[in-house]
Amino acid sequence: MLSVNNISVGYKGLLAVQDVSFQINQGEIVSLIGSNGAGKSTIVKTVAGLMHPVKGEITFEKEPIHTIPPYDVVKKKISMIPEGRQLFGRLSVLDNLLLGSYSLTSNEEIQKTLENVYRLFPILKERKNQRSDTFSGGEQQQLAIARGLMSRPSLLMLDEPSLGLGPKLVSDIFRIIQEINCNGVTILLVEQNVHEALEISHRAYVLQTGRVVLEGKGEELLQSDLVRQAYLGM
Amino acid sequence: MPEQLLQQIVNGLMIGFMYSLVAIGLTLIWGVMNIVNFAHGDFLMIGMFTSFWLFTIFGLDPLFSIPICFLLLFILGIAIYRFIVSKVMKGPMLAQLVVTFGISIFLSNLAVYFWTPDFRLISTTFLQGTWDVGGINISVPKAIASIGSVITSICLFLFMKKTKTGKAILATEMNRESALLMGINTERINSLSFGIGAALVGVAGAFLSTYYYIYPQVGGLFGTIAFAVVALGGFGSIEGAFIAGILVGLAQTLGGFYFDPSYKYAIVFMIYLITIWIRPQGLLGW
Repeated sequence: MLSVNNISVGYKGLLAVQDVSFQINQGEIVSLIGSNGAGKSTIVKTVAGLMHPVKGEITFEKEPIHTIPPYDVVKKKISMIPEGRQLFGRLSVLDNLLLGSYSLTSNEEIQKTLENVYRLFPILKERKNQRSDTFSGGEQQQLAIARGLMSRPSLLMLDEPSLGLGPKLVSDIFRIIQEINCNGVTILLVEQNVHEALEISHRAYVLQTGRVVLEGKGEELLQSDLVRQAYLGM
Repeated sequence: MPEQLLQQIVNGLMIGFMYSLVAIGLTLIWGVMNIVNFAHGDFLMIGMFTSFWLFTIFGLDPLFSIPICFLLLFILGIAIYRFIVSKVMKGPMLAQLVVTFGISIFLSNLAVYFWTPDFRLISTTFLQGTWDVGGINISVPKAIASIGSVITSICLFLFMKKTKTGKAILATEMNRESALLMGINTERINSLSFGIGAALVGVAGAFLSTYYYIYPQVGGLFGTIAFAVVALGGFGSIEGAFIAGILVGLAQTLGGFYFDPSYKYAIVFMIYLITIWIRPQGLLGW
């Protein structure tokens, strides 16, 4: 479905990502894991079109997408939930959700998507008129995910969805991600919460200083020495 | 005495609504692009001259030239953004600061070149005379202009809150990267906002031309006051600019009334200085 081929991405001449390749198949949950500065966020930003690779190419459903702007990437049914939620704080929950469906044109489709999203996150329906910056961290993350779903993506990318949340909320978020995946949405997950991420992932790629150093099935990586030592402290 | 006071309040409100409309366009442009549009007052001047020449050449009453001013300034705003401002958006801060300043000097001097620095007036619009309301004199053109300003401000407010495009502008203002991820073409939002900001001040120009002197440097005064209004209301806040415009209008007339008319602008800017000293983000800023 998504194929990233030998991309290098840089900020002002310094390459944050070097020669990275990976694939995601329809229906999978794939994780990119690694420590801070490993280049995980840069990769999802590049797929989303916020950054462009200096080398390599990205194809989605066999179409190249690495040169198009982010607002056109959304139309290809790729949605990204940025790190730190990045909600429109002074707007209501409903307005945030409707902005999520900005790329959709049919009102009927928007209403249907809204109903689906409300079913997944009932609290958002109860508080649809509340300003989003009055929400707690966990609620904001729910809203961020809901907003990302409003464009009806076939590929959903989440950048550090568990960041800043307590253990109970973290497992809630991961459960929701699995549920979204069960509804047929392919997931690309970027996480520092390695253990939880690997548990729900079909496959994962481990990144270090901008390169893929290991790949494999979620449970295999959980057993690997590199992952256990570097990220799980075992 | 209370009658005189009431008279000053009415005068203050009328000029205040005008300031609000001028400042709303400025604050919109700032909010979306973080660019200080120093040419804003000169856009006002172009609106006023457009109205003046439509009246002088075609006998079109300023009230009917409002849509023309809106459209003309909208197009001018978009053109200036596309061909000049957007080019320096990626450049250093100083370039962004200087570019609108340069446009300002260019426009006001172009006006001097074509139309001389003379002061002009539109004398015979069908908005003339004064209403006497319980001993208070209300100038008809000023009253119509201020009602028009309020209506225009409300229209913008509704546009921002109720339409998909308005919400996209707000979203871009709050978080550009998120807006891009939602599928919003933020570059188009920039140019649209610049166009709307200019169009609003063009409408203000048409209203103002019914009773104010029309001359190439008229933008200087209104531009400066608009900056104070925007800073007072909170950079980027439309509601803030609306309220601050009224406050500045009242401060100006009441200050002039209680102290001395020659101090009126000093009082306005003193209030501004005190406010940013106590609340640097402005009244409704964030």
